[in-house]
This record gives sequence, structure tokens and C-alpha cells, in this order.
Amino acid sequence: MAASDFSQLIAATADTISSHADELTALDQAIGDGDHGLNMKRGFEAVRTEKDAIAAKPLPDALKAVGTKLVMTVGGASGPLFGTLFMALGKELSATPDRAALTAALGKAIEAVSARGKSQPGQKTMLDVLQPVYEALAQGKTAGAIADAADKAAEATVPMKALRGRASFLGERSIGHMDAGARSTALLVRAIAEAIEDS
Amino acid sequence: MSNVGIVIVSHSPLVAEGTADMVRQMVGDEVPLAWCGGNGHGGLGTSVEAIMGAIEKAWSEAGVAILVDLGGAETNSEMAVEMIGEPRSQKIVVCNAPIVEGAVMAATESSGGASLKEVVATAHELSPS
Repeated sequence: MAASDFSQLIAATADTISSHADELTALDQAIGDGDHGLNMKRGFEAVRTEKDAIAAKPLPDALKAVGTKLVMTVGGASGPLFGTLFMALGKELSATPDRAALTAALGKAIEAVSARGKSQPGQKTMLDVLQPVYEALAQGKTAGAIADAADKAAEATVPMKALRGRASFLGERSIGHMDAGARSTALLVRAIAEAIEDS
Repeated sequence: MSNVGIVIVSHSPLVAEGTADMVRQMVGDEVPLAWCGGNGHGGLGTSVEAIMGAIEKAWSEAGVAILVDLGGAETNSEMAVEMIGEPRSQKIVVCNAPIVEGAVMAATESSGGASLKEVVATAHELSPS
């Protein structure tokens, strides 16, 4: 990926998170502490301020820089969780990965997020979107189909009972609301899928 | 100082500072102690950068025990430990214990010269499971 493409990818992720920040906060207010939108916006806007310097790095270093920036600026558990996702991708990927390498790296990155959050798919978290995205990627789906799978997976967290994070304190009352982290993951997947498809 | 250091990480700076006050009342200056709370931008939350700073401040060659409140404080503390890196990360433990009771008990144990393992075990005794 060219530096200008990675720079656009960063801008696209910040655009989608910032324009949906109120929605993410509302989702988090329903079953959490209500800081998800603001925290994610702060993190991705911080990445945006350094996008050209980050994009000038080789892909693995650029991804690690995105992850580190998120860790240091988000101010909630989402920082380490999304930060770990990007840092693990950076650790696993070469400078010019093909689809098979990207799929394998995402698999490893999902394991890293799972370990960081001490969580598994099925617990109403971002992992419930990442896992179907990994499967769609492995099945050779198009970028659009992968983004659709992510949206559908986020919707599928609505009837789930939360077993991790603040929402788990609500027990049965967490049912009927979409997980905010699943929603933000789906937003990021769509932005990244569209940016990669365009590049 | 050779006693185990204690770090208090709360979503609220008021909770963290108040807990630290209670620890100081028990152990005075015998234990390296640091606290942090808040997201670094004036709101409730925890900051990896602030946690790393608190670990530095409370650093002891005997190790550091971290007491946290809710999940995000735990996740951010574990991230901070990882970012501090080897070999020091081997001597830092995020405790599974209630923050106030855990901090006071752990610090009291530390003030008697207990090892990191003993300090952490004392905090963990407060948590069933």
C-alpha cells in the first residue's frame, strides 16, 4: 500500500468514527458508561494529526504506530483493545502482504484482542464482529461483502447478553441493545474495506 | 527503597487520591506509592500514559503491585505493564482485589518487607474465586 493510500485510510477511519461518535456514545450510554464515542473519536483524531508521518513508515511500523497512538490517547479499555488489534496486525504483516497473509494476520490479531480483553466471540463485544470479518476474508469475499458481514455481525449483538465489560453488570438488561464496540468495529471495517478497494 | 511499590489506578482521580490517603495513613512513607485516575482529558477513565508514569514513580526493585477498580483500569494497567517491557514487567502485578481494601492491605504487607508475591497474595485473599 502506498503512503498516500495509508494516509487516506487513516483519514477514512477518523471520519467514520467522528461522524458516528454521538451514535456510539448513545449505544454505550444504554448499557455501558457512555464514553465510547468520545474516547474513540479522541483516539482516531489523534492518529489523524500524525497521518502523513505514520503513512510514510513501512506498513508494519505504520500499523504499530496507529495502535500505540490509540493506546495512549483513547482513555478507556477501547484504547488497549483497538490498539492491540492494530499493533498485532503490524507485528504479523510484511510490508506488502497478499490476501492470504492479511487473513492470517487478522486471525492472529483477533487472538491478541481476545487475550487482551480476556474474552471470546459470543460475549457481545468487538470480537463478535472481528470473527465474521475474518471468516469473510478467508472465504475470498469482496470488500463490500466483508463490510456488509461486519454490519450484520454488529446487528447480531443486539439479542446477545453481555458477558464482558461494563454491559455485563446489567446481565439480562444488556439484551436488546447493540454493543458499542461491535458497532465501531463494523464502522472501521467498512472504512478500511472501502479504502483498500479504492486503492 | 526496597519495599514493594503500590500503584492505585481508578477511573476517578478522587477515588485514587482518597485511596492513596488511606494507604499513607497506614504506612506513611515506608512504601513507594503513586496513584492516577481519569482519562487524561478531564473525564472519568484511565490513561495508559498516566499509569506508566505512576509505575515509574512507585518503582521498587522489589516490584510493584497495582490495584485497580473497574475493567478498563485493569485492561489499561496490563497494557501499561506490557509497554514498560521486560525485564521490569516481570516485577509488576495487576492485582485482582477491591481497590481500597486491596491497596491498604497490600501496602501494609509491603511495609513489613514482604516480597511482591506475598503482597499480591494478601490483596488476592480479599477477592473470592
